Amino acid sequence: MTTILGLYNYWIVIVLMMIGFYIIIAHGHLIKKIVGLNIFQTSVFIFYISVGKVEGASAPIWQEGIILYSNPLPHVLILTAIVVGIATTALGLALIIRIKEAYGSVDEHDIQAMDNQDMVNQDKEQQQC
Amino acid sequence: MNLSLETLLQLCILLPVLATIGIVAFNRHQNLREAVSIFTSLFVFYAVVSIYLGLQSGEIISVHWLQILPGLSVSFAVEPLGMIFALIASFLWLVTIIYSIGYMRGHNEDHQTRFYCCFAIAIGGVMGVAFADNLLTLFIFYEVLTLSTYPLVTHAGTEAAKKGGRIYLGILLSTSIAFFLFAILGTWVIADTLDFTQGGVFPEDANTTLLGIILVLFIFGIGKAAIMPFHRWLPAAMVAPTPVSALLHAVAVVKAGVFTVMKVGVFIFGLDLLVVLPTTQFLLYLAGASVLLASFVAMRQDNLKARLAYSTVSQLGYITIGVLLATSSGVIASSMNIAMHAFGKITLFFCAGAILVAAHKSNISEMRGLGRQMPFTMVAFFIGSLSIIGLPPTGGTWSKWYLLMATLETEQLIIMAILMLSSLLNIAYLMPIPFHAFFSNMPVKNGYGVSTDKVQIKEAPIASLIAIGIAALGCLILFIYPNPLYELASAILEPKQSTHGN
Amino acid sequence: MLAHLPILQVIVPLMAAPACLILRKPKLVWLFTLLASSLAFIISILLLQQVMVADTISYELGGWSPPWGIEYRIDKLNAFIALIISGVSTVVLLAAQTSIEKEIPEDKQTLFYILYLLSLTGMLGIVTTGDAFNVFVFLEISSLSAYSLIALGKDRRALWASFQYLIMGTIGATFILIGIGLMYQMTGTLNMADLATRLPEVAETRTVTTAYVFFIVGVCLKLALFPLHFWLPNAYAYAPSIVTAFFAATSTKVAAYLLIRFTFSIFGISFSFTTLPMETLFLVLGLLGIFIASTVAIYQDNIKHVFAYSSVAQVGYMIVGFSLSTHAGLTAMLLHMFNHALMKGALFLALAAIIYRVGSTRIADFQGLGRQMPLTMAAVVVGGLSLIGVPLTVGFVSKWYLVVAAIEKGWWWVAGLVLLGSLLAVIYVWRIVETAYFKAPMAGRQPVKEAPMAFLVPVWLLVSANVYFGVDTRLSVEIATAAAKSLFGVAQ
Repeated sequence: MTTILGLYNYWIVIVLMMIGFYIIIAHGHLIKKIVGLNIFQTSVFIFYISVGKVEGASAPIWQEGIILYSNPLPHVLILTAIVVGIATTALGLALIIRIKEAYGSVDEHDIQAMDNQDMVNQDKEQQQC
Repeated sequence: MNLSLETLLQLCILLPVLATIGIVAFNRHQNLREAVSIFTSLFVFYAVVSIYLGLQSGEIISVHWLQILPGLSVSFAVEPLGMIFALIASFLWLVTIIYSIGYMRGHNEDHQTRFYCCFAIAIGGVMGVAFADNLLTLFIFYEVLTLSTYPLVTHAGTEAAKKGGRIYLGILLSTSIAFFLFAILGTWVIADTLDFTQGGVFPEDANTTLLGIILVLFIFGIGKAAIMPFHRWLPAAMVAPTPVSALLHAVAVVKAGVFTVMKVGVFIFGLDLLVVLPTTQFLLYLAGASVLLASFVAMRQDNLKARLAYSTVSQLGYITIGVLLATSSGVIASSMNIAMHAFGKITLFFCAGAILVAAHKSNISEMRGLGRQMPFTMVAFFIGSLSIIGLPPTGGTWSKWYLLMATLETEQLIIMAILMLSSLLNIAYLMPIPFHAFFSNMPVKNGYGVSTDKVQIKEAPIASLIAIGIAALGCLILFIYPNPLYELASAILEPKQSTHGN
Repeated sequence: MLAHLPILQVIVPLMAAPACLILRKPKLVWLFTLLASSLAFIISILLLQQVMVADTISYELGGWSPPWGIEYRIDKLNAFIALIISGVSTVVLLAAQTSIEKEIPEDKQTLFYILYLLSLTGMLGIVTTGDAFNVFVFLEISSLSAYSLIALGKDRRALWASFQYLIMGTIGATFILIGIGLMYQMTGTLNMADLATRLPEVAETRTVTTAYVFFIVGVCLKLALFPLHFWLPNAYAYAPSIVTAFFAATSTKVAAYLLIRFTFSIFGISFSFTTLPMETLFLVLGLLGIFIASTVAIYQDNIKHVFAYSSVAQVGYMIVGFSLSTHAGLTAMLLHMFNHALMKGALFLALAAIIYRVGSTRIADFQGLGRQMPLTMAAVVVGGLSLIGVPLTVGFVSKWYLVVAAIEKGWWWVAGLVLLGSLLAVIYVWRIVETAYFKAPMAGRQPVKEAPMAFLVPVWLLVSANVYFGVDTRLSVEIATAAAKSLFGVAQ
């Protein structure tokens, strides 16, 4: 029992990861997909940071007299990853704006339907030639 | 000029390819362009004959080009079987060019430059196959041959030509990649070499079942030998202009196929191994079935070229049988048959083309009484037929004789029966044509008298006639004087004086 | 100078990217980009020469020694891949300006080159670094620039393709991040060489297995291994043609590199292939990829789709070679990476030339091109023959090595299937040949001229390379064999 409760950080990570993944797959709205992607990535950030914590240690800022510090490396790594995540989100949102202009919709199913319609029209056009 | 034999060997392969430059350059000047082809073929024939003379005097000629893969190089060497093939191919190339000039101009064909170019590359490919010293070199030029003959088959550019080309390329490429290449790679892994060696390359302790399967892969993979069921490309390739059918599908492409079968049988497996493999008997029966079935189908064809195509399928089976019988007389028979069948079939195809150009007829039922208008052509057709059937005074007699001897030696009586039955069928589907040409009256359709036709039909163009004459004469000469051929054929199984390249 | 080559390999394109903003005119930017890419290519050649002699070069970033500092580690494997990437990049750039004139609006062309250089940086970085997290960083650099480059395509479907690629690619990259995190958690190090020494102690734990699985799945997504390939066809089809030519030849190779590096050098053969059924799994997925993707390619109407699915099939061949887990199999995979880059580079570049003139990607619009664009179509034919595996081309060499490797392992039926897969390539290549050479141009269309020299030179350079390396295989075979040997020597 204590092992399960003691591993609560991993449970949170898993739950968030699955929620994010589910949102990406299940929702057709493009912005919601980006949100899901963010949640998915955030769960990984939490994972990294939580494993860096050392039991009974203080924050990784040097202070006189303290000998046990948490691991600062994961924080550094995650800073990079957060920036990457932001860039991805920004790019994704920019793409959504362009898609909205080009397709008039930001729903996956509508866009797919429009593409399929295009293909059908193209085939008809070709047969007429 | 005092060129060394090695140089001549390489020129045999390279010069035809280089000739394409000349052919393209003289695109507008027909006579100059044809002169390039003629000069090139004369030179190649001269080179081949010089090499032959060199071989006779015991010289070892081998050329090593470059190493493509570790342990494998593109290299060439001269040995009797390749010599036979090279002599036939180079001589008949010259004859076919003469024929083509008559045919292509008489028929007013388009794209003649492309035709002569691809022809040249194809012959270069044939020379590469003939002189190849290992399976890799042979495979490379085998594929060059397939690809260079594709534009020739689809020459007409029509829908029918495209479909024929598709079947042609589809079957040949598929069999060569899926089966032939597979067999080569298997051989490479088991034997650790691909060099053609007297007595075979496989180690003593190799698994015979595995080798038997590899043999089957080889036979099916060498699609150019047209063993059923991979023979469909031959009749499909008949959409090509007749000179193409004549040289390539009577001489070069199909002969490259059976030549490869012979090389594989004699120099990769070795006759002793062939006898003990479990699949040899099955393949013998398959070849026999191919011979019979193709003959039956030939009988039912009304289109002359189609009948000749199925006849070729049937005749190729003879050569495969000769190798699989795994005796020396079988090998002699097969190699002699390569020459005999080449001359005989090319005569027949030349005649078919002449009839097409001069009389505009392609169906046999329309050719009754044609002997009156085209006596020379039909006499040549008669001689060619005799050679294919195997009757004197034509060369085909000898090769059929040796083949029968081989079946008796190995006590393969079923095969012997198949061969004799097939000869009867040959008579049945070939003889009626010249017979009806001379001894029947011209077909008279109801009311639409053919009398005006009588005046218009003349003999074939003179260039074609010369070619037909040479080919038919060849059939006769090979009966009277087969000795050089026989000597070469017997020399195939003799061990060479020195080894070439490790 | 020579001592700093490993980092210069990455810095040169990285610094060149923002420097493009200084120049105004697209033509100047193009020349500058070409210069940067050529420099990167020269650096990769020099590195390869050094590595063939010295075996492995280790470079400490900022003087901080590993495993605490970031290390750049060049051995025969990554020098080879870096050569491929920078080489293809430079040749493709020769035609870039002409190609994008018709596909990208002028105000965006400078941005195109910046993104191109960033993408090149990313790929070269993945290949040269010796630090696992650095891999993730460069992976994201190359991915983000890839998403943007693809979105520059003319068709609006490029935007949608880019978005889908973004979602799938980010999931893949995040999986890789999870894998790296788990590895770090168990060993406390991110340096790849150090991981290799520390992982065996903890290899029995479920955590390490999970790390491996997450990592491999993420890489396979980037690799477009069946069935994780869904982003590739649309991304390649709707991107600007020159982008497709660049990516088709390079992006999957980089993912394949990661697969090889982490399986052989870091986790080790015994772990990867014994603990998990990688042989069977990759063999099945590879074969499925070959057959299904080739079959789908036959029915495509858009010619870029045909060759995109063909690329998925070719990845299948590489993975089959990988699954053999023998020295010969790995050599075959490495050879195919090199040869496929040449093949697809030549094909897609020739396609870019055709699209430049014809303006459409439908096969139906190719009718009669054999007459109107003879040199370009001849290049497509040679590239197609290479794909089929006709002797004297690089495709033949790859097939040879792969089939021999399979036979040597005793997997005869795999060898047969690989050869059968080539037959499918005959069908989709010949469809294009027939349309171009046998059909008359469609009525009412303007006749098109031959492609401009800007295209013909790089196309025929790549086509000649196809034939040259199919005949003189010493360079590629020697490097591939040496790289495979060193990988097998390192792994336990």
